[in-house]
Amino acid sequence: MTDLTIGGFPLDLLALQLVTGVALGAIYVLVGIGLSLIFGLMNVVNFAHGAFFMVGAYVGVFLYGYTGSFWLSLVAAPLAMGLLGLAVERVLVRPLYGRGIDDPLLLTFGLSYVMVESVRIAFGLTGLPFGAPPELRGAVDLGIGYFPLYRLFLIAFSLTVVGALWLFIERTSFGLVIRAGARDPQIVQVLGIEISKVWLAVFGLGCALAGLAGILAAPLQGVTPEMGIPVLAEAFVVTVVGGMGSLAGAVLAGLLVGIVVAMTSLVAPDMTKMAIFALMALVLLVRPRGLLGRAGALG
Amino acid sequence: MTAVASAPLLAVENLRAWYGHSHILQGLSLEVRAGEIVTLVGRNGAGKTTTLKSIMGLVPKREGRVTFAGVDILDRPPHERFHQGLAYVPEERRIVPGLTVEENLRLGILAARGDRATKGGRASRHDEARRIEAIAETFPRLKQRLKQEAITMSGGEQQMLAIARALMAAPVMVLLDEPSEGIMPILVEEMFEQFVAMKRAGTTILLVEQNVELALDISDRVYIVDGGAVVYHAPAAELRGDPEIQARYCAV
Repeated sequence: MTDLTIGGFPLDLLALQLVTGVALGAIYVLVGIGLSLIFGLMNVVNFAHGAFFMVGAYVGVFLYGYTGSFWLSLVAAPLAMGLLGLAVERVLVRPLYGRGIDDPLLLTFGLSYVMVESVRIAFGLTGLPFGAPPELRGAVDLGIGYFPLYRLFLIAFSLTVVGALWLFIERTSFGLVIRAGARDPQIVQVLGIEISKVWLAVFGLGCALAGLAGILAAPLQGVTPEMGIPVLAEAFVVTVVGGMGSLAGAVLAGLLVGIVVAMTSLVAPDMTKMAIFALMALVLLVRPRGLLGRAGALG
Repeated sequence: MTAVASAPLLAVENLRAWYGHSHILQGLSLEVRAGEIVTLVGRNGAGKTTTLKSIMGLVPKREGRVTFAGVDILDRPPHERFHQGLAYVPEERRIVPGLTVEENLRLGILAARGDRATKGGRASRHDEARRIEAIAETFPRLKQRLKQEAITMSGGEQQMLAIARALMAAPVMVLLDEPSEGIMPILVEEMFEQFVAMKRAGTTILLVEQNVELALDISDRVYIVDGGAVVYHAPAAELRGDPEIQARYCAV
């Protein structure tokens, strides 16, 4: 295998980086979809989304320390962040609806600092090391080389979640309300639906997805209070590249950004940030609304 | 005359409404009795649309009294007014882009479904399908297009869909804002026949209409709105026989 090379890199190394890129991309997709849903429905740019990602990771790692069950953490982290998201929407964000896009943006920006500082106070500045749980350690031979089992699990699990989410939005009544509410919240109210409840639920759902992404990402590099900051930037790129409010766009863009990050880190590790913003600039030049974006679209 | 005995289904008293600093409604009063078709006519900007929006709860700043089925609804949000049996077909139709005709129709009954005593979702899904089928029979133009993206239909078909969607939850009263606007005459006649059928089925209608001739044909009573208040009010037949009043207030 190793005698095949592309651009000086052995093929199996490239394949490994590709899997790493898709795994990173899966994280970005989960974070980006939440961001995109919340923006698509409520016009709220949730700057605390990275902080929900980080706190979700901490909740998961903390619980793992007590119970030793990664599976429990995988359920508890999104649940906890979903509940926190509900509280944040109900108490902090809701009074700001109808006041333009700036107010909730500033509020969530401030909230992200509060969340990061709280974690620093509670768990220390240095972060916690965290590896893949024993049952997901090791490597798997896929015929073209060995791949870390955890990354493959992460990809499969995330894609399952995204698939379930797609079914939820496309096939259920609540999903229909979400799609309609993103386009025309007023007509949804006229048809008897209490839109504020829909907004509450979607904010909670978005934050739960961020929490899930956090605990899924934890075994990749451990958890630190700052782990949400780069992810937020990447998730913004994902929503912009994919098209604001587009679920399929977020998936496509998330994987694209993940692969670009992984491949760039192979040739020039310092340039990954620049590479994704270059990607964003390029996409916006060709398609100003993103790859699959339509005005006010969701779906 | 039964009208003497029965209280009006909808009573608007001394309604005032603002958008920002512009004062649109300046003490408008009207009544609609159960089973009637009542039409509001008047020039553009007279306040007809704002009247309907206020009745549906879509105007943030308003004063006065709006009573529907004996309940004061002035401060109730739109979704509660829906649950009391009010339906609203806006001038712009507001067909939701990205959704099929069928999905737009389902949207019209989703909330009503939640209202019913039936706990299990499955039976209500059945109700939903049955209702869509019944509505599609009433509006044959929609029947072949159920799976089509609704926004790709013609203006007239979209208007039919907007009306059909409002009827999905079997409302007590429908507010219709300029349904004939920008629609082919042949479709307009079909639509007005539909209104007569709705009335026959027991639905009360409050209509805003520029096409005064057609509106007079199907209406029981007419209010002329000017400068945010009612300036004339009579049975439809009476206005029909008064070309002078028609010319003064209804000329566009």
